[in-house]
Amino acid sequence: MKSLKDYFCQYDKAAPLAVFRICFGLLMFLSMARFWVNGWIKKLYIEPNFHFSYLGFEWVKPIGNWTYLIFAICALSALLVMLGWRYRVAIIVFFLSFTYIELMDKTTYLNHYYFISIMSFLLIFLPANVAYSFDAKRNKKLQSDYVPRFSIDVIKALMCLVYFYAGLAKLNSDWLVKAQPLKTWLATKVNLPIIGQFMEQDWLAYTFSYAGAAYDLLIPFFLLYKPSRKIAFLAVIVFHVLTRILFPIGMFPFIMIVSALIFFSPEFHEKLLSFFRIKTREVVKKQLPVLQNRFRAYKKIALPVIAALLVSQLLLPWRYLGYPEELFWTEEGFRFSWRVMLMEKAGYAQFTVVDHETKKKFAVDNSDFLTPFQEKQMSFQPDFILEYAHFLHDHFEKQGVKEPEVYVESYVALNGRLSQPYINSEVNLAAQKRGFHHKDFILPFNDTIHGL
Amino acid sequence: MKSFYFILFASVILFACSSDEGGGTTIPTDTFDRTAMLTHWANDIIKPNYVSMSTKSQHLQGKINVFTQDPKPINLVAVRSSFKDAYKQFQHVSMFEIGKAEELRLRNNVNTYPTDVAGIKANIENGSVNLNLSSEIDTQGFPAIEYLLYGVGSTDDEIIAFYTTHANATKNKAYLNQLGTRLHSLINEVNQDWQGNYANTFIANSGTSASSSVNKIANDYMFYYEKALRAGKVGIPAGVFSNEPLPNHVECLYEGASGRDMLLEALTASKDFFNGSGGLSFAGYLNHLDVKRNGKSLATIINNQFDVATTQIKTLPNSLKTEVENNNTNMLTTYDELQKNVVYLKVDMMQALNISIDYVDADGD
Repeated sequence: MKSLKDYFCQYDKAAPLAVFRICFGLLMFLSMARFWVNGWIKKLYIEPNFHFSYLGFEWVKPIGNWTYLIFAICALSALLVMLGWRYRVAIIVFFLSFTYIELMDKTTYLNHYYFISIMSFLLIFLPANVAYSFDAKRNKKLQSDYVPRFSIDVIKALMCLVYFYAGLAKLNSDWLVKAQPLKTWLATKVNLPIIGQFMEQDWLAYTFSYAGAAYDLLIPFFLLYKPSRKIAFLAVIVFHVLTRILFPIGMFPFIMIVSALIFFSPEFHEKLLSFFRIKTREVVKKQLPVLQNRFRAYKKIALPVIAALLVSQLLLPWRYLGYPEELFWTEEGFRFSWRVMLMEKAGYAQFTVVDHETKKKFAVDNSDFLTPFQEKQMSFQPDFILEYAHFLHDHFEKQGVKEPEVYVESYVALNGRLSQPYINSEVNLAAQKRGFHHKDFILPFNDTIHGL
Repeated sequence: MKSFYFILFASVILFACSSDEGGGTTIPTDTFDRTAMLTHWANDIIKPNYVSMSTKSQHLQGKINVFTQDPKPINLVAVRSSFKDAYKQFQHVSMFEIGKAEELRLRNNVNTYPTDVAGIKANIENGSVNLNLSSEIDTQGFPAIEYLLYGVGSTDDEIIAFYTTHANATKNKAYLNQLGTRLHSLINEVNQDWQGNYANTFIANSGTSASSSVNKIANDYMFYYEKALRAGKVGIPAGVFSNEPLPNHVECLYEGASGRDMLLEALTASKDFFNGSGGLSFAGYLNHLDVKRNGKSLATIINNQFDVATTQIKTLPNSLKTEVENNNTNMLTTYDELQKNVVYLKVDMMQALNISIDYVDADGD
């Protein structure tokens, strides 16, 4: 207990946290700009007539052309975070606007967007602006060369957690025994220089599968352990560059590579900052009493929040244990768990609407309501299917269909298995409630995937 | 610090290399040769079919001209025969909505049915109409020509009268001619593009990105099979998408005797393209990657289903309209059999060949 108390009284140079803040702000700004330039704001948020919502967040919707404003605010706040100008407000605005964007439509859910949301929430509670920032320049009282050690370590902790859980999730029979889904994904990449010729080979899929799992499980330890740190960082670069070459993975590799710099020593970060001519004023020598005073109030607020965040992150990925049936099949408890690149899953869903009074029925053309991307995502995720069924009920009720019943004939194929019926086509989905309970209208998987 | 620069430098180089896939790199012989498949598709399937299509649409245009200059029974027989010939050939190119065809929205312009009879009458009355307008897609193409050759009277005499003794005979003839000219010019434009440089562009785009030729063709093929063939030719008239069956939404509504044949032709063309007519194909690609499902080759599973659907279509009478009106269950059974391959093609094949359903470029995890 005493050593834990001691730990929270330790201080370290502020440089790593400053480098992290600057890089994070810059990369987020670039991500937003890239999203805008690619026309994805329009394509993903403005053009669709219908948006899939997270339970409880149905009120979070795109706001027409004003959606651009949300992205602009998000990008601007990212820049301010980078500069450390009114940091606290900027990072709060960034967290809120970024998270709002992610909540607008769960079709676009990606683990790395979730990572950004969590990380930016964490950053609200870190003193990342006390040095190398405009805030510190303007406000002498704010400035400090040192920050509590835990405020740097917690970023490392979150990174380790993400990697390790991603590794644990790969310990299943599809990944390790069948080399799926990598086998499917790699087989058509024969056009790549040098490695392309091996892409159809089974041994390559197995090598990548095992190497990927080992990387995720071990890299946290090699980054934490000083003698192996440099080589581990090289592995980080190689791994993420490889994923960038092989998969449409956007900004994520850059973000992870840059984030991994946090494991290096404060001296390294100071050199890095001086290389880029980023300066801060030296004020005090390391005087513990002064620092204790300076950060007392901060710790009181930040520590409980950070502790709660870490505990929730440790527990959340295990919630799938509360559901029956195969996780990959039902996806109940799949999201927000660092289950990355685990499934090649695709489906087909043909909905039928029945008038309760006349019993007349007709099939729905999904493209009347959904974009191809939404339709694709909807067709293999039960919560999407249910939400869409409810939407169809409401839509056709307004169109004059009496008490519309909504049925779906659907097929899903997972990790190299033949497509098979997915949702019980006898169940009127309009009468099923949305919620966190198990959806018993999902048909059995008829196979077992062993492992976590 | 030195090692840091090295790492920074190395990663910049790596990222520079990783920005996109190398398009034209040579592919070792033992991996599947996408370029060879595209070459086969372009040179042995698509181009010859468009040449034939263009010849037939030109022939039709000529026969329309002969008929309108001298509207007599023998010329009516000739133009109708030419019409059916061209329409049948269209079932072999309709799925290739790529390049110029995509740009011109060929299928929409050439084969939107049911045709808009009131619109046709208004256009004839007006005397001049701009058929390039998207509002005019259902007053032109095969279905509109079909109406003018089969539907403007209940007997051949009445139809001939439409072009001879009818008060508007001159305008009627002019409109039929305009449709014939327009049809051929659209088809020929696509044909010329394929015979020109487009085939090379098509073949050179041999990568695996969302906009690569293999991905685009796969998506076009799928869209055609699902929307135009399964839904358009069978599902919509059988009432799958509406409260009531819609017998007047069949293809060949006025001609009345070739609906089943067109459907069969279209399905055969789809199956042939899947199998590559003796060359590299989706089926070949699947077999090369040894894609097995439940111990059976996926290509075989798909081919078996094509065969089941073909057998089922052969139980239909010549006129699909009659079948919708009198024995719609059989139409619905046909729809179900066609539907099964939508799942196998769209879910299982696309997944195994790693082709994204829509060619929207988006991030993944």
